[in-house]
Amino acid sequence: MTFLTRSDILLAVQDLSVHFRSEDQVARAVEGVSFDVQRQETVCLVGESGCGKTVSALTILGLIPQPPGEIAGGRILFDGRNLLDCREDEMQKIRGNRIAMVFQEPLTSLNPVFTIGDQIAEALETHADLTSAQRVERCVQLLDDVGIPSPRERLADYPHQLSGGQRQRVMIAMALACHPELVIADEPTTALDVTVQAQILRLFRALQQSHAMAVLYITHDLGVVSVIADRVYVMYAGIIVEQGLRAHIFDAARHPYTQDLLEALPTRSKRGRRLYSIPGAVPNPAAKPPGCPFHPRCRYAIPTCGQQPPGMCDYGDGHRARCPVLFDGGPSHWGQETLTGKV
Amino acid sequence: MSATSPPPSPADGRRMELQVPRRSRWEEFWRLFRRNRLAVGGMIIFILFFGVATAGLFLTAGTQPIFDPALVRLQEKLRPPLARPHVDSLGAQEVPPLGVYLLGTDELGRDVFARMLQGAWVSLTVGFVAVGIAVFIGIFMGGMAGYFGQEFIRIGHLLWAVAVIAGAALLFSGIVAVGLLVGAGGVAGLVHNLTPKRISGRTQRSWGGAVLAQNAMRVDTLIMRFVDIMLCFPSFFLILTVVALLPPSIYNIMIVIGLTSWMGAARFVRAEFLALREQDFVAAARALGLGNFRIIFRHMMPNAIAPVLVSATIGIATAILTEAGLSFLGFGVPPPHATWGNILSDGRQFIFDAPWLTFIPGLAILIVVLAFNLFGDGLRDVLNPKLRERHA
Repeated sequence: MTFLTRSDILLAVQDLSVHFRSEDQVARAVEGVSFDVQRQETVCLVGESGCGKTVSALTILGLIPQPPGEIAGGRILFDGRNLLDCREDEMQKIRGNRIAMVFQEPLTSLNPVFTIGDQIAEALETHADLTSAQRVERCVQLLDDVGIPSPRERLADYPHQLSGGQRQRVMIAMALACHPELVIADEPTTALDVTVQAQILRLFRALQQSHAMAVLYITHDLGVVSVIADRVYVMYAGIIVEQGLRAHIFDAARHPYTQDLLEALPTRSKRGRRLYSIPGAVPNPAAKPPGCPFHPRCRYAIPTCGQQPPGMCDYGDGHRARCPVLFDGGPSHWGQETLTGKV
Repeated sequence: MSATSPPPSPADGRRMELQVPRRSRWEEFWRLFRRNRLAVGGMIIFILFFGVATAGLFLTAGTQPIFDPALVRLQEKLRPPLARPHVDSLGAQEVPPLGVYLLGTDELGRDVFARMLQGAWVSLTVGFVAVGIAVFIGIFMGGMAGYFGQEFIRIGHLLWAVAVIAGAALLFSGIVAVGLLVGAGGVAGLVHNLTPKRISGRTQRSWGGAVLAQNAMRVDTLIMRFVDIMLCFPSFFLILTVVALLPPSIYNIMIVIGLTSWMGAARFVRAEFLALREQDFVAAARALGLGNFRIIFRHMMPNAIAPVLVSATIGIATAILTEAGLSFLGFGVPPPHATWGNILSDGRQFIFDAPWLTFIPGLAILIVVLAFNLFGDGLRDVLNPKLRERHA
């Protein structure tokens, strides 16, 4: 990649494959996915439900239950160290400390029997060497950072006493407690209404700058992506189909799936017209179509699409799309790189 | 966000998000609990019983107790409740402190009130210690089955562990030589089995599921089948057998009752844990880098404890009944010490001459057990939101 210098890369997921084994079949949830996150950058992982976004995120933190999960290949380099080789106790030192996660459902991600002060302090207790008075001060400051009014009084509140938006703010405060270098946010605004969603997104933007951290933001909502992303990876059925800067994706999408997603996005210019919807459904991860997984739903599909896996086609400046049919700038990319090959 | 709002800052939620009325969990529990009058009555009796039993311990103990449960006044035998003592025929020490025989006297002229006081402490401790043991074992077993249930344990290791336990049991029952041999053999076997496993941990995984399935079983299967086996025993007769073999002592009875009544708690905790371990906040706790121990005891246990608490309350009633039953049959606490069960048992011979001797301990057992059951039911209604509608 031309615009990246090697030392800026905080997280590099290389060729990651995660499978789930059941009695008689193997669900290939993630198949040869590669992406990286630079320091202090916001990277969005976009895709429909079940395309492997969340599995990728949980794998980074080593939270995939094995069995039934199984990491079939690849590396996850965090600050130059392969997380897949780390022992459980080493991972516990990284989780919450250097990589934190914000979950989708703020309603259920907080423990109902503890006050929010206790829950925020817990990460500090585990990872930082502070006195209890210092912990309280840090909690107050964190709650203030995430915009909870009168934080000192709220420390003694239970999760059920907070509104959904406030709970998500608390979750974010928990994630920030130990100054992580990377925050993985797994659809943190999906369960919130649109107004609160906008607030939380602005909060993420502001915190990312003030705390100098990288954010890996997982979402299915291109509207969210357009607000916060520096770079975007579009996933479909366990593979990355397109990657690039935000402008590449929104102004010059090269993969039919990305184009369809954008067309399905409600915008002001489409007012009064029926929104486009992509025909068909996401393939079952245990029975994916051969060749390009998107070809049964693709308007540009040619017979080759169902036979050979498409390779990545480089449009320059970090913009790549996995669709040789729409690529005209060079030799054919069919089968050159397999799906599990290097990006 | 209104159009006139200042540039976005992290603090802009201050006006936007609604305040939910503040009420702590305990206030909420108490508000709901108060509606159930029977449960409140049960709780009051529970507290009274606790106070009486504790007071009874101090009032009846020592060389010069205020209420002496062992003082024999043969000339005052089988006096009815509230009878005045014949002061002229008694020594100064022998006059009951209240001036009357509040609950009458038994066939040896002992003050039934003093004996009931002494027995209350026995009932209380039997109830609490036995249930404490049961809940402790239940939480441990249920927690293991619920949290680590999907892990495999090798049958070889299991057999060696059984050998260790059998060795310890033999040692305790006095068969020292054989016990030492079996126990040491078990330890050696375990050490031998566990050491090479760490080195070749990776190769064993690649043997595949078939080998693993043949010589290993799930922790969940192991523990829950053991629970099923324990439930098959008619526990009262098991207790009778054990008590007949062991020296008669109140502590043996507590332990035996505890060891035979943990299965319910284990099932409750397992069921709760199976549901809880899939909860988002457990995943969030893991993502915070917390260890298994902390997740189990700090995050999951407080959420799983409600049904255990309820079953423990009712379990105390059952334990009191069991102890009374054992004492009635003569297997309980040895005779000089009074318990409600053996007062009842002794009074049975005089049921027509002195009905209060059976009536009073019987009524006391009835009231306490009923109070505990009502209290437990009330707790369950409050702690289980699904049942709340009933008293709403």
